[in-house]
Amino acid sequence: MSDLSQLQPGAYAVICGIDADESLFQRLAALGFRIGKKIEVIRRASFNGPLHVRIGTTDIILRITEARRIQISQQ
Amino acid sequence: MKRIALLGMPNTGKSTFFNRVSGASARVGNWPGITVDLMAAKLLLGGHIVEIIDLPGIYDLHGFSDDESVVRHFLENNDVDLAVIVLNGSQIDRQLSLALQVRALGLPCILLLNMSDEAKKSGITFNLPGMQQQLQMPVMQISAKHGNGCAEALKEAARHLAEKHPSPADIREQLKNDDTIENQMEAIVKSTVHYPAQLDDVVTSRIDRVLLHPWLGLPLFFAAMYLLFQFIFTLGTPLQEGIAWALDLFRADVLEPLLQPAPGWFSGLMLDGIYNGIGTVAAFIPIIVLFFLVMTMVEDSGYLSRAAFLVDALMAKMGLDGRGFVMMLMGFGCNVPALMGTRVMRSRNMRLLTMLVIPLSLCSARLQVFLFMTATLFTPKQAPLVLFSLYMVSFATIFLTAVIYKGRYSSTEPFILELPPYRFPTPRQIWLRGWQEVRHFLTRASKFIIIGVLLVWALTNFPSDVPAASAGTIAGMIGTWLAPVLNPVGIDGQLAIALIFGFVAKEIVVGALAVIYGLQGDALMQVMATKLDWVQGMSFMLFTLIYTPCLSTIATLKNESKSIGFMMLSLLWSLGLAWVVSFVFYQTARALGY
Repeated sequence: MSDLSQLQPGAYAVICGIDADESLFQRLAALGFRIGKKIEVIRRASFNGPLHVRIGTTDIILRITEARRIQISQQ
Repeated sequence: MKRIALLGMPNTGKSTFFNRVSGASARVGNWPGITVDLMAAKLLLGGHIVEIIDLPGIYDLHGFSDDESVVRHFLENNDVDLAVIVLNGSQIDRQLSLALQVRALGLPCILLLNMSDEAKKSGITFNLPGMQQQLQMPVMQISAKHGNGCAEALKEAARHLAEKHPSPADIREQLKNDDTIENQMEAIVKSTVHYPAQLDDVVTSRIDRVLLHPWLGLPLFFAAMYLLFQFIFTLGTPLQEGIAWALDLFRADVLEPLLQPAPGWFSGLMLDGIYNGIGTVAAFIPIIVLFFLVMTMVEDSGYLSRAAFLVDALMAKMGLDGRGFVMMLMGFGCNVPALMGTRVMRSRNMRLLTMLVIPLSLCSARLQVFLFMTATLFTPKQAPLVLFSLYMVSFATIFLTAVIYKGRYSSTEPFILELPPYRFPTPRQIWLRGWQEVRHFLTRASKFIIIGVLLVWALTNFPSDVPAASAGTIAGMIGTWLAPVLNPVGIDGQLAIALIFGFVAKEIVVGALAVIYGLQGDALMQVMATKLDWVQGMSFMLFTLIYTPCLSTIATLKNESKSIGFMMLSLLWSLGLAWVVSFVFYQTARALGY
């Protein structure tokens, strides 16, 4: 098992765990980060900047620190 | 009077809907339990006078962000007759939760699925009767941008105004409960929304591939910023000059003859005090309008979030985020609209930190002073280098301030932003925004600015038996009194008076020097060149760069932060920093024998 920050652009994975405090968890859940959802990394910003990911129909950007808290499994 | 609350997730076009139904009648209002401005408008709807309030966009009623608590506090403290929920139809699969949460409070609701045009383009179709039945609330499709369905939505709202609704106290109780909504949401979406096999986001993806390109993205961003900057200021400067010209003409041809018979102190008060104050306020109008025309385009098109994506890596180290960077860059044009623009940042601490650094950006007004001073004291070869070094000092003070204060204004809000698809804002949206911002600035800042101008006028004109702005006036006495503090940084009594003028606006510093020395143009430059050496001149420029930008900036800081304490902190910090930087420079240069 790995976390979202390790996923390369163009790769898909399924969210299998979210390790976050309540406020971050709420925020992620509201944007569609839920266990079992398919997630794709579209691109990563230069200089270790944020990730651009897609869940369903929604595009989201998030920092690496937050991405580390999302566990994924790649089929 | 009835009250309608507009609720919705961010980027769903909720405010567009609000602007469409309220037209130009919207006002900024204060509400019990809340520290941010909310827009409200009064409408006549089905025989009732109805107040409609545009609440901040939120993801979750139970969330922990600043905006989410604003909405909760609003509902817990204000009677609401009807909630109008605006969601993005093409993202209904995750947005429906908000509608269910609002309904769970017991409030009468209607649900508007906005961006019907986008949903249609993506091939999403809704079984509206089915959704209405399961949600037990009216559901309508609208396009706030194009106006489709908006009138019908208002009519529907009017029908539900008389329904029984829970009191704020009931809502407070309800908000403590939670859950079960997730499951409900999935069931409703599954049975009432039909998705095509693949959503058509090709255009947005294609544009993103260029604008967010690993190598091209940043250069394109800076090029775009440069163009916007040029657009605002090449168009704004002649407009500002035009307003100044018209005001001068009115003064010379109408006011001065009119005030001829009045005593000298009275016409001075009216013309140099109040009328100049009005002129100071008016000078900002074109820049604010143009700034928000451009910012509305950048924001509503979806590019602002993308700019945040591009520069976030650099900004995160300073405790700021990418959106703050855009505002900071704009601050190099004019601090006032840049400060107002920080409203896009939803975390209060992040916003305060950004507002603290913006006044340190070398704005175009300060540039005028530096152009004059460098032309006076340096050769044409040295001057560009001196200007460049001043820009570098500006960046350095911004960086230093952010690093020092990022602990105090640390933001707990995670940096997670939705990237909306690219959209074209309509001209109507753009104009309304520009107009609202100007009105906001005029109502909130004009009094403060005019009082400040009056005060500086009094300081430099009393007692009235000595020449204006001379050492005998109160300002001169303050200058003498401050000598022990200002001499170590190389600023003499006359320059100190110029600094007091500069408190109003940097544009008038050069004019003030002319009054203080009693000379104009080349003669002024020659006298200053003999009286000051380059070390003193540089120290004066450093001080001018860093100490309080201008009265309008201070007024805006106070309005936007809604805290006099914060305004004072910004004021004192920049004054202190200005002194320290000038002191270090002046004493080092002198010690090195210059």
